[in-house]
Amino acid sequence: MSNITKLYPGVRALDNVNLEVERGEIHAVVGENGAGKSTLMNVLSGTIPIGDYEGTILYDGHNCHFKTVRDSEALGIVIIHQELALIPELSIGENMFLGNERKGRLGIDWDETFSQAATHMKRVGLKDSPSTMIKDIGTGKQQLVEIAKALSRNVKLLILDEPTSSLNSEDSKMLLDMLIDFKKQGMTSIIISHKLSEVAYAADKITVMRDGATIETIDNTNHNIDEDRIIRGMVGRAMTDRFPKREHNVSAEIGMEVSDWCVNHPVYTEKRVVNHVSFNVHKGEIVGFSGLQGAGRTELARSIFGKSYGTAITGTLKVAGRELKLKSERDAIEAGIAYVTEDRKLNGLVLVDSVARNNTLARLEKVCHRGIIDVNMENRVAEEYKEKLRIKTPTVQQFVNNLSGGNQQKVLLSKWMFADPEVLILDEPTRGIDVGAKYEIYTIMNTLVAQGKSVVMISSELTELLGMCDRIYVMNEGQMVAEMDAADATQEKIMGAILKSDKTSTKDENKGA
Amino acid sequence: MNASAVIKKYTMTIALVVVFVFFAILTHGRLLYAQNISNLLLQNAYVLVMACGMLLCILTGGNVDLSIGATLCLVAALAAQLLSKTALGAFATIAICMAVAAGIGAWQGFWIGHMHIPPFIATLAGMFLFRGLGRVLLASKTVSIANRTFLDMFSSYITVPGIDSKVYWSALIVGIAIALALIVLTFVSRSKKARKGYEMKSAVSEYAQIIAIDVLIIAYSWQLAHYKGIPVMLLWILLVVLVFAFITSKTAFGRYFYAVGGNEKATKLSGIDTKKVYFWAYFWMSVLAGFSGLLVASRIGSVSGDTGLTYELDTIGACFIGGASAYGGSGTVSGIIVGAILLGVINQGMSIYGLDNNWQYVVKGAVLLTAVIFDVVSNHKTGKA
Repeated sequence: MSNITKLYPGVRALDNVNLEVERGEIHAVVGENGAGKSTLMNVLSGTIPIGDYEGTILYDGHNCHFKTVRDSEALGIVIIHQELALIPELSIGENMFLGNERKGRLGIDWDETFSQAATHMKRVGLKDSPSTMIKDIGTGKQQLVEIAKALSRNVKLLILDEPTSSLNSEDSKMLLDMLIDFKKQGMTSIIISHKLSEVAYAADKITVMRDGATIETIDNTNHNIDEDRIIRGMVGRAMTDRFPKREHNVSAEIGMEVSDWCVNHPVYTEKRVVNHVSFNVHKGEIVGFSGLQGAGRTELARSIFGKSYGTAITGTLKVAGRELKLKSERDAIEAGIAYVTEDRKLNGLVLVDSVARNNTLARLEKVCHRGIIDVNMENRVAEEYKEKLRIKTPTVQQFVNNLSGGNQQKVLLSKWMFADPEVLILDEPTRGIDVGAKYEIYTIMNTLVAQGKSVVMISSELTELLGMCDRIYVMNEGQMVAEMDAADATQEKIMGAILKSDKTSTKDENKGA
Repeated sequence: MNASAVIKKYTMTIALVVVFVFFAILTHGRLLYAQNISNLLLQNAYVLVMACGMLLCILTGGNVDLSIGATLCLVAALAAQLLSKTALGAFATIAICMAVAAGIGAWQGFWIGHMHIPPFIATLAGMFLFRGLGRVLLASKTVSIANRTFLDMFSSYITVPGIDSKVYWSALIVGIAIALALIVLTFVSRSKKARKGYEMKSAVSEYAQIIAIDVLIIAYSWQLAHYKGIPVMLLWILLVVLVFAFITSKTAFGRYFYAVGGNEKATKLSGIDTKKVYFWAYFWMSVLAGFSGLLVASRIGSVSGDTGLTYELDTIGACFIGGASAYGGSGTVSGIIVGAILLGVINQGMSIYGLDNNWQYVVKGAVLLTAVIFDVVSNHKTGKA
């Protein structure tokens, strides 16, 4: 792949990326969240069609023009996404040949389907019957089904996006050994992973990505690379003044305090997603939450925000010294907590509605008299926020889906600022927006803490946490693994804390914690 | 606003005018007879009233209520039986009927809002349930209504002694009064906005719109004056339409329906109880269906097991023709009223012209499909969907 550039509205997700993978090797792609790894793989597999990106893909010496995933599959390139694409209500065999059905003379030849499925399942060491339902087998086995499915399509180049993120260490090792085995049979694999120990163990070459660009490719033929060496590549970028200056005036008063907080998964109620977490945030303080995707940060935030996530929530929550029992999002808003959602399109904004109407949604009663909306007042409020946050929109009647990502994010912020909370939890407030808009969002955050509010920022960008926060908490696999002053923190320390806990916590995973 | 934007915004209104003129010519002006104009709204009273409730359901995400024809039948049957078999007066009957309608609404709202039963299935079940109960109540007979008070309350005409003789001048006087009031109201609201420095639409377009509406009102009241005067049912329709127009456009309660349809997750995370939003949508839908039952029973003067059959489909059709989004989150009362009247004009025009009943279905289907395709295509072009 050479000179791949992919633009999303307002963001350069990939910037002249070059990646070279040799036949019969295991090539790892590593980088922070949002570095562009998955996007790159989507280009390679045809998930992002030709025309939507620039650059060329050379495969086996041919210039490739993939319009759909099917085109790439025809050449033996198969991608397995992080979220498995299996249908729970269908059997293993049916899933394996979905879209690629074994045809008999009349309809589907089920005998052929299941016997072929069994053959491929044997290659990945699955002993279940091909007629078992997907929902009845664990995540580890589902991952194997995905690989078996890839094998059934005569895969030559297998792309795995975070294949081990939901597996315990035993299953992970088995999976990696299998890939090494396939390599000996001539198959090429690309794996995207956060787990550097696994990368070091299995990969022959490691490509580091950062900010939509490939930084370096490290040779690891001897499988003895130092993990710190990879971390340096992942995070090592020069800090410039990408963050607005602010006076660090942290008050001694505690804005919000959470102690011994536990949350279980809403569907798999046995699974604990937040495990005995305690933290606090002072007034006038920005506290950062670092961790990998799935570390439990969003789950923690949403469970605090009026139990909008999870079951069996236990622990105590104090806002401004008073213990609160919040039953709903409404309670949380009234108690002065705001949760600015991670995915502004999915969970944050009503896209098919105007800026003004989004602005007031969380606290509509503020522009109401006896339940009747004062539209003029609402518009005036929206105009004020438009000025204050410098939202670029022709009028406040503009529909939000016509705004750029950065401006949408500002509308989302203005909505929660209008709710007038004491504690703001910002979940990935700068994801997918450009540097200029980020700077403005940081400025807004500084204004908020200057007013004595408490801000909790969940972010996967380490530089942003280091640049903005007073203190940083690090979470991994539902647990709080470190707390450090931002002044002492470094990216290496944070990544180190995460990776170190990975090693120790694998033991607990087997208990299903 | 350029020409194409104007056309897009007022597509259905323009379509209504075109269709109206078309049928007026086709029927050699018979569509314009005073009697036909007067009946246009009365015959479609149930669509106009129930479309207001259906709008709430559709706003929540393109959900519909299939049970309203049956609810209408059950409530109408109850009214007919209470009036003919018991000594209860008209007022007690109406109170009981509305309470039953509210009960049905709470029942549907509970299953859909709080138990998350898909609305399509819950209301399909309701369709069978209430139709069946209605027929049981009628014992498979047609029951006629003779109670004068009841009939007068819904289907009489207002006559003012002294003014009304051969021509019902009172209708015209009221029409002109309303027309003038609209102009004054617009003027007052504009000067208030100007004083506070709010943004406002251009004077030309706003007054042009008001004058167009005024002309229609006066023309309509002229026709009413030459038939039997102001029908009481028209007042009921206006009451419902105005209340729901107010709720959906001006209140926080109404705003929540749009928010849920636009993005349910975001709405929930904004601290709004989405369960309640669903509950109230189906609650009001059933209440309005019950009320329509009274209107229909009174207009026809009798109730049978087939009363209100397929009325739900007319209502849903009117909403979608009137620009309610099939994905939820957008639609206005004024829009669906235009949709309902458009459907009414087509119905009446075809009947007066004498088009075969079967072909009428074909035409209605084509109109509905065209309207929804238009909605989807135009939204797609502007990047909504």
